Parts: sequence; structure tokens; C-alpha cells
Amino acid sequence: MSSLSKLRVRLRVNGEEHEMLVPVEKTLLEVLREDMGLTGTKHGCELGECGACAVLVDGKPVLSCLALPVELEGHEIMTVEGLAAAGRMHPLQEAFADLGAAQCGYCTPGFLLAAKSLLEQSSDPTRDEIKDALAGNLCRCTGYIKIYEAVELAARRMRSGSETAPEQAVLYGR
Amino acid sequence: MAGDRHRIVGKPIRKVDGPSKCTGQTLFADDLSFPRMLWCKLLRSPHPHARIRSIDTSRARNHPGVVAVLTGRDLPIPFGILPVSQDEHALCLDRVRFVGDPVAAIAATDEEAAFEALRLIDVDYEPLDSILSIPDALDPARPPIHDYGDDGNIHKLVSLEFGDVEGGFAEAKEIIEGTYFYGGNTHLAMEQHAAVAVPEADGRIRLYSSTQTPHYSHRALAKVLEMPPAHIRVIAPPTGGGFGGKTDPFNHEIVVAKMALVTGRPVKICLTREEVFYCHRGRHPVLMGVRMGMKSDGSITALHFRTLLDGGGYGSYGVASTYYTGALQTVTYDVSNYKFESARLFTNKPPCGPKRGHGTPQPRFALEIHMDRAAERLGMDPAELRLAHLVPPGSLTANYLKVGSMGLGECIRKVVEGSRWKEKFRQLPHGRGVGLACGAYLSGAGLPIYWNNLPHTGVQLKLDRSGGVCVFCGETDVGQGSDSVLAQIVAEVLGIEPIDLRLVTSDTDLTPVDLGSYSSRVTLMMGNAAVQAAERARELLSSAVAGKLEIPPTRLVFADRHVFDAERPEIGMTFAEAVQTAEAKFGTIGTVGSYTPPPSAGRYRGAGVGPSPAYSYSAAVAEVDVDPDTGWVRVQKIWMAHDVGRSINPVLVMGQVEGGVYMGLGEALMEEQVFRANRNGVHKFPSMLEYKSPTTQEMCDVTTYLVEDPDPNGPFGAKEVGQGPLLPVPPAIANAVYDAVGVRIDEVPITPEKVLKALQAKDRRYGPADLPPVTWPPPLQVATPRQGGDGRAIGRAIGRASGGTTSTPAAEPARVDGRVTK
Amino acid sequence: MMRLPAFTYAAPRSIDEAARILAGEGPQAMLVAGGTDLYPNMKRRQQSPRVLIGLRGIRELSGITGIPTTGLSIGACTTLTDLSTHRLVVESYPALSRAVRTISTPILRNMGTIGGNICLDTRCNYYDQSYEWRRAINFCMKCDGDTCWVAPSSRTCLAVNSSDSVPLLCAIGATVRLAGTHGHREIAMRDFYNKDGIRYINKQPDEIVTHIALPPVNGWSATYHKLARRGSFDFPVLGVAVAMWRDPDGTVLDARIYLNAVASAPVEAAEARQALIGHKPTPDLIAHASHLASINAKPMDNTDLDYAWRKKMVRVYVRRALNGLS
Repeated sequence: MSSLSKLRVRLRVNGEEHEMLVPVEKTLLEVLREDMGLTGTKHGCELGECGACAVLVDGKPVLSCLALPVELEGHEIMTVEGLAAAGRMHPLQEAFADLGAAQCGYCTPGFLLAAKSLLEQSSDPTRDEIKDALAGNLCRCTGYIKIYEAVELAARRMRSGSETAPEQAVLYGR
Repeated sequence: MAGDRHRIVGKPIRKVDGPSKCTGQTLFADDLSFPRMLWCKLLRSPHPHARIRSIDTSRARNHPGVVAVLTGRDLPIPFGILPVSQDEHALCLDRVRFVGDPVAAIAATDEEAAFEALRLIDVDYEPLDSILSIPDALDPARPPIHDYGDDGNIHKLVSLEFGDVEGGFAEAKEIIEGTYFYGGNTHLAMEQHAAVAVPEADGRIRLYSSTQTPHYSHRALAKVLEMPPAHIRVIAPPTGGGFGGKTDPFNHEIVVAKMALVTGRPVKICLTREEVFYCHRGRHPVLMGVRMGMKSDGSITALHFRTLLDGGGYGSYGVASTYYTGALQTVTYDVSNYKFESARLFTNKPPCGPKRGHGTPQPRFALEIHMDRAAERLGMDPAELRLAHLVPPGSLTANYLKVGSMGLGECIRKVVEGSRWKEKFRQLPHGRGVGLACGAYLSGAGLPIYWNNLPHTGVQLKLDRSGGVCVFCGETDVGQGSDSVLAQIVAEVLGIEPIDLRLVTSDTDLTPVDLGSYSSRVTLMMGNAAVQAAERARELLSSAVAGKLEIPPTRLVFADRHVFDAERPEIGMTFAEAVQTAEAKFGTIGTVGSYTPPPSAGRYRGAGVGPSPAYSYSAAVAEVDVDPDTGWVRVQKIWMAHDVGRSINPVLVMGQVEGGVYMGLGEALMEEQVFRANRNGVHKFPSMLEYKSPTTQEMCDVTTYLVEDPDPNGPFGAKEVGQGPLLPVPPAIANAVYDAVGVRIDEVPITPEKVLKALQAKDRRYGPADLPPVTWPPPLQVATPRQGGDGRAIGRAIGRASGGTTSTPAAEPARVDGRVTK
Repeated sequence: MMRLPAFTYAAPRSIDEAARILAGEGPQAMLVAGGTDLYPNMKRRQQSPRVLIGLRGIRELSGITGIPTTGLSIGACTTLTDLSTHRLVVESYPALSRAVRTISTPILRNMGTIGGNICLDTRCNYYDQSYEWRRAINFCMKCDGDTCWVAPSSRTCLAVNSSDSVPLLCAIGATVRLAGTHGHREIAMRDFYNKDGIRYINKQPDEIVTHIALPPVNGWSATYHKLARRGSFDFPVLGVAVAMWRDPDGTVLDARIYLNAVASAPVEAAEARQALIGHKPTPDLIAHASHLASINAKPMDNTDLDYAWRKKMVRVYVRRALNGLS
């Protein structure tokens, strides 16, 4: 409304260039959701306290609620919408779906992107490494257990290149 | 393994909404936008208790971008979730009752303009004395927050006695007393509440809202907007977590609907996280006094439970919450005589309501610590004590709850074995300990929120000649997986795959009423309705196909998208051909199913809260480390066994168990609503940073055991899992702390300063002192089934008023029809 | 949705240019690097600068130079992730790497910078609230009001220095380099902070923190112990950093102990230091030194967790830190 200045920014999102005129104070979160229709990126606090709005910038997770588009020109931004390629879900998405790691699904995009960044650095992370890498994302539904198991399943499938089945105890309990 | 007889039920298949939630396709309420949409913001009270002298909105109306401003006068009709507590206004009329109570609303062309204009509304308040604690609310000299209720700031007063409690205590070998406090906490669903109202050209209105109960929002909208319900359509998009926090009709929903009608434009509101803390309706803080009489074998001869609930500024579900703090104590261990006294109090804080376990985690915390104390007093192992006195399956409790299947014994045995309890209990080194606790919960409330004799849920099927089936149901998926349960059940009965179904859910125009996602009712109730609808469709198809194949319909099998002869599987047809055959014979194929719970056995006033078609059971062992220097508690692991009756989808059941453990862990150790009584009653930290919810770094390991003891009332035997597994967690942790360092922490959250204080205290305990004095009315007396009672009240005990010197007359009329929530 | 107030954004390419803009705009301008501290404050309207000067485009402010034997220079805009994972830091300044890894969350460490962390606004749960919340208590002296609600008789603001890196940097003797239109200066980290929650750093309005200089590695060892409710997200409610120099026979040559999150500035435990110097750190001496260190810590009721308990924890945490180095 009372914007002091609008800026022309060029953002590269999910591999596509977007040029737009936005008020400088509009965060990446707002621009993705309100100007680009990429509502897959969620928000739970807009203050950096929950991790729901995480996106990847040059492969690393950052919070879109505390990032300005003007600061991101020339960088590669990826949102959850960019994770699937050519109509095929990313192995992390497959594993999250297989294990019910997305319950309400609201924190899921942030977790998926943080997990993608982890798996790019470590193809076989330990449980503790997964907990550390996902420590910036809150989930209120799952207790994180199915999320850890999904990251482990996706890592296993990515390493073997095959559709490894989850363990029985993960699916049925004991 | 359970489920082997079925193709789909009992199988850990993907949630039907899994792929869309993992790709960002799922549209939540705040993801919706419409052309010319306005943004709404609410002005909230900065006072905990004040009279509104006047509101001047003229400056705000002139702010650029502002399109409309509303105040309480625009929406004068009260509403509330319970018919007995219609005490809320969409915008406060003449009084504010907590910091955060909404007084005005602005719609503008963008959210920032609406936000800026809030500061231009001038409200003249006359501050009133505020009531911020349970003792404040019990003080008759303090001003009442509402002009209704049982007495002063006592919103609801309950006094019930089943059997002869004094006689039971006289029989007891040991009498164990304790006082407990369960701190209030909130749901903190990741999605902030959002609602979008869209006016339709013909004068009707459509509301999208992140709600767990579109049906109840629908009713409140019709009442306050004074519109025929048929002209209002409420749609609940997938909800980003609820846990009970989205089960009330909310002021913001009504406000945006009114704004849309006033402006003729779509209007959106999305609450900030701080505002979500003001919506609240979370766990009541409850102060509890427990007195239990036991024989030397541990059988409970008498139990006397008193609870005081800090209710906050409005009624919400509070009357039901009050009864729930007393209802389920009887369904785990056999209780011969039981007395329950309770008061819910109004205070100038955000209203409390239902959170996962609604009113039952608090008394369960007290009861399970009490059992641990009792076991120690009697020199028994806590697991053995419980196992020796389980309520038998198929029984009727002292307060007339009908227990069906009862797998608690198996649950206890599983966690005792899995955790190696016998090797650990009282044997681990100082600083490490194990604790055991149990719980039970409803699979849906036996009675609806408002009195009616209609089904609680309905499912409608439309079978297409292409082989697809469209399933209509008012149920609302809040992440728990109800869409998947619906799809798996229908697909199982019809022999097709979940992907062949199109689900149309939670839309008051398109779908049959389902009361909503609360009280863990959906799997059992919707599931039964789905079975009925699908079986009726199968009967139609069977009749047509059997006729064509010239075999008896009973020989037909529905499986793998085919309908065929069980004896000669090569004889048959595809499912699509079966539908065509039936359509040719009967015309368009559609069926319905519905579900109404069986009648309750209790006929006394108050019997309406507690009955359920089936009870789930859980048992947990927690293993903790306690740092004796700091009091810090770290939960290493929880073993949780849950009697779910039957898993419709085991991987989703596990997810609910693990999520329940998580939320219980947070409540046990860190989650707490705190208000600054000396600073105008503000919420101390309405933020995700300072309201502490466990991260990956605090969550413990969990081993889950699913106990499957099918219940005759459940679809395929299924009972609930969404809420029950939370209940044993806080007391199991408290009992483990005692095992680790020998101190009793009789309140949650179990913070390190409390543990350290207890370690330094003479009585090695931290917890509340006695309950403040309350003048309890004489109890309504009910003879137990064992005494030959028929479920009706005998009458009020005379001259048995306890706990005070003056007697409060029984406020309630002598009504014994068992419907307290009307 | 919480949104930022309007502002104009300047993106200078050099320190000099940034300093010129800052001097020219005066108090209505603020510097921003990672934004993880400032943007939430702006969304809550604790700060509403009309001009933001973004530093992340200034190449000379990022990166780590030098060698451990003579000391490292860390550009103020180096992200906390880059700092904590830098090979030389991990190998030669492991305590700093670990301390930085305790800051907030892995995602926020990808964004936040070391310069931002040492300039972190002081925190208080009467201050870190929305405008509407603060209005309900009639504001506080740090922003829009004149009372300190933590202690209404206090004449100074009691907001808390909540950085995890600062106490460690103070203990090891790091320095801060600043640039302004009048030139450059260097100041010891321990002298950079004031015991005043409002004027909490000794930085002139036109100055920019450009680098943090780490001292050479010459025999000291250090550690940082953080107390917070959760292992992620949370600011410390107590931070204890110790750097210790010891003779080969074990005698303490020097031991600098800094406490954080118990006052508006990091607090040096000078008496504890004196008690340790010249002695071997026996359990009794450590207990005594821990007691001395706890005397001057006066946590207030403006953070998470009970303040009386936090006071008790000072002794425990100092003892554990000293034990870890002994």
C-alpha cells in the first residue's frame, strides 16, 4: 500500500526466469505465494521460528519469510513445486508419501527441501545427521519419526537406484 | 497378521493425499485467492477485562485501501459451540474478556493497508477488575465475567456420586491422597487459521475455512448472519493440523463472511501466529485432588476425584471438558464406588477448549501417578497392580460406560516385555529411570454437540459406468488420514483400488453431514457409514451380476477390479461391466450409509459425556535421564502399545501413535501457556520461538506396538488412535523421573527448576498444595450396576455438601435424561 | 501474515560506499546482512528504518583470511554456516565452530552472519513482541515507552545479550574491526558491549562492523556451554565460555570466563579468573571458581526458564566448562 519503492527483480525459480515489479519490502515468501502462485511454500510464523517456508537457494535451505527478492537476483531458487522432474516425484517425495511422513502436510515442503540439501551432501546420513539437518523445521503431527524413516528410505533408494521396500516394523509396528 | 483376509484394509498403503501434499499441490485455506479479493484484519483488545464505551472507526474508514469496517453492532447475535454456552460475539459488543478478544474488523485491498488502519480505530475502554487465576475466580467478591453460569465466575459446577464412596473408603486397607496440576497448553498446529468468504451473485455465500468441523461453523454462520443454512456453503479444505484447535466456530470465520456480504467481494483472513494463541481453545489448566481407597490386593474400593478447570474468557466446549475430567477414570481399572466433583471457572484469558484427549489427559496424569504411588505403598510392581484390576471386556462401569473390546492387558504386557521393565524398574543407576502409565480414550462421543436424533455421519456413493466411484462424505481430513480410511474401506468392500475413487469431502453443500474431526470419532463412525454405503452398492451389483451369470449372489467375489464367481474365478466381469450391468437393471447407481452410535446406558444428568461406541487403550513405558545437578529431564525412549481394535492402515496408525507420543512429550516437559497476571494479563510469549514445542533434538525414540483386538462396534473392528496414545506419556515420564531420582513431580510441564526444587525439598515433591475451598453441592447419586442400578439418578444426597460451610442450592433442574450437552 | 514495513533498499558494492550512505541517511537508516535478526524485529515494528543498507553485495565483507599461527580475519558477512564449517576454524578454533553451531537452526545459520550475531539486538520477552502486544503493557523503554517492565525501578533497559558467539570471542580475545567515514578502528570484543540494553554496543551510528579478528592459536584452549530449552531454534538463557592457558605442568596461566544471556552485556568472571591463575585446577578450586563466577550473574525474568534456577545454573555450567578444559 504505502510502499516507498517498487523494484524490477529477476528471479530464477525452479529453473525458470521471472521478471517482475515488486515492492522491495515484500519477502520472497510473499512473492512466491502471492505474485507467482507458488503456494506450495507455506508459512507458520513469518518470523523465522518454524521452518515451514524453507526454500533452496543455490541448493541450501533458507527461510523465504526472511529473504528479500532484491537480495536473491542471480541465485537459483527451488521450491517444492520444482522438486518433481518430468512428472516424476523425487525419491524423497516418494518416500514421504510411502510412509505417511506427511500427515497434515503443512510442514512437508520445508522438510523435503531441507532433506534434499542433506542428501546432496551425504548419501548415507546417520539418524543423528538427519536430526541435525532437520532441526530447523518444526512438525506438530508426526513426532518426526516417519520423516526420519522417509529420509533414510529415500537415501537407500537413491543409493541403490531401485524401489527398496520399507522395513516391516516401519509399516506395521511391532 | 491382521488384515490378511483383506486386500486393502489393514495394509500400509500410501495416504490418498500423500503425493499432493508432497508436491505442493494441496491447497490449504490460505492458498486460495479470488479476483478482487479483500484482506481482513481484526483489532483486538489490549485489556484483559474492560467495558467498551465507544468505538470510532471514522479515521480507519478514510485510510487508503480500506473498503469496510465492522464492529460488534454489525454482528449482534451470540454464538458458541455448545447450545448451553452461546456466549461469544463475532466482534465484542460491549465488553472484552481477554487480551486478544476481537472488537473490530477491517477489510482492505491489501493486508498491509488493513493492518495499518487498525491503529486508526479509536476504542474507548473502561478497564474492569480482571480475574486471572482459579482462586480469583472462586472469590465471590470479584466481579463476574459473564452474566450466566452456576455461580459468580463458576461457569459449571458438577457433583456426582456412583455407589457408596464413604462405604468404599471404610472398606479400604489403604487410602492414598494426592494433589496434582496439569498446566495449560495449546495446539500449535503448523497452519495458522485462515478463512476466505466468497459472495455468490444470487446472494448466497461460500466460506473456505481451516476448520475441523465445517458443520458446526455452518450452524454458527446461519445463526449469526440470520441466513437460511441452505444459502451458506462451508468448505473445509485440507487442514494444516488441528489437534482440537479448529473445532469451534470462530469469530474470524463469521467476520469474513459478513464482510463478503457487505462488500460483495471475496474476503480473506489469515491469522498471525500471535492471533492463533488468542483463538486457543487448548488444554484447560486443571488443579486436581485425588483420594483413592484400596484393598491390600490393590482393588479400588473408592475413588474421589475433584477437578478445578481454569476455563478462560468463554464457554467454548468447557461444559463438556468439565465432565471429561471425570468421565474416563473408570474404564481402565475397576472402580467400585466413584465420586466426581468439578468446577470450571471463567478467567480473563483466551478460552480453553478441546485439545487432543479433550479433558482426559489431566485426570489421567493424576490417576496414573496415583497408581504408581499406590503400587509403592502396597509393595506391588506397578504393571502387576494394573494387570490385576483391569476392567473386563464387555462390562459396564460404575458410571455406566459400556466397555467393549479391552486390550489394555496386552498393551501392558507388550511394553513391559519390550522395554525390559522387570530388569530396569527400581534397578537402574541413580539419574536413570523407567515409568509406566496407561490411558484410554473414546472412539467418538456417543452424543452430538447439540441434541438431535440424526445420524452422526453419512456417506454417499455414486457409481459410474466407467468403473469409477465418487464418494461423498462430510468428514474433514486434518492430517490424521481420514480420507485414506474412507477410500480404503470403500475400495475394500467394492473390490477396487483407492485410486479409482474420487473423494468429495467436507463441503456442506455437496456432502452428507459428518459432525467433524473431533473426539476421535471419524474412523469408527464414518467407517461404519462407508461400510454400509459400500455394502449396499455391492448388493445392487451382486444382484445384477448374479442374475446375468446365473449364480447365487452369495458366491460373488469383489476383488482386483473384478466381480467373479468364487468357485470358478474365470467366470465374471470387470467392475465397470458390473456397474453397467446394474445400471441397466436398476438405473443410475447411488447408495447411502449412515451411522448413529448405540444408546448410552447412563440416564443421569451428566451421563451424556463419556459414552462411546468403543474405547481405545494404550500403555507406555518411558525411560529418562535426570541430571541431579540441574534437574534436567531427557526422555531417551518411549515404548508405546496401543489397542486400536484393528488397523485400517497400520503405517498411518503408527504415525498417529508417534505423533501422540510427541505431543505428550511436549506437554510433559515444556509446553505451557503462561500469562503475566501483574502485566495486564498478557500472554507471556505468543510465538513459536518462546512457546516451546519439541524439535528433532528433543524428540525421543519410539517403539510402537499395535495391539489388535477387534471391537464389534468398529468398522472391521477398528477403534481410535488419534488421541489415546498421548495420554500415558506425561504420567509415564513423571513416574520415570521418580524412578530415576526419587522425586515426585505432580504437575506438568516437568521443568528442570521444579525437579531441582523437589530434589532439595524435604518431602521430595513438587506440586500444588491443597485445592482451594469450593462449596460443592450435594452430589447427584447414582446406584452402580453392581448395586442393581438402572443408570438413573436416585436423587441428590441431602446434607452431604462437602468442602465448605454454606450449601449452594442445586442449580440444575431435576432432569435425568442423560443429555448434559443438550 | 506478518509483513515488513515499507523502506528503500540500498545495495552498496564497497565498504566506503556503505559508510557514505549510512552517514548520509543518518538514524533513519539501518544496516542489514542476513536479516534474521532485523527482519523479525521490523515485522513486529520494533524497528522501522526508512532505508536499509544491504551489505551482502560487498565482496570484501565475506570470507576468512589468515592462518591460525598469526590469527584469522573473518568478514562480517560470512554466514554462520560458512564460518562454523570452515576448515581452519574447525581445526584450529573448534570451540568457536561448536559455539556457532549452537546458534538458532541450520537453516538460519545459512542466512545469518557473524557480524549480525555480534551485533544481535538485545532480547527481552517484554520487547520481542508485536506492536499490539507491547501496546497492551503500554510499551517499554527500549521501544515506544519509558518503563522497564522487567524491573520497573530500573533506569536502564535490562534486555539481554543473547549471542552464542560473543562470550567465546570475548574469552579468546577476539577483536572487532569497524569502518566509518572517518576511517577504521579496532576494538577488543570485550570492550564492544555496554551494560545497557538500548545502547548495547560501542558502535558509532556511521560505523560498520567489517571484520572479526581471531587471535593466534598459541596454546590456549576454549569451550562454550549453552543452556537453552531446546537443542535448536532457541537463544541461550545462559552461555558460558572459557578460554584457558596452562603451563605444561597443568598450572593455569590465565583463564578468561565470560557469561552471556545474564545481562545486557557479556559478563566477565574476573574473581574466578584471579582464583584460578597460578594454580592447578583441582575439583575444589573449580568449585570455588564456579561459585565466584556465579555471584555477579543476575538473570532477570525476561527470558525462557525460571530466573532463579538460571542463576543456580551459572555455577553448574561454569564448573562443567572448567572441568572440560582441565
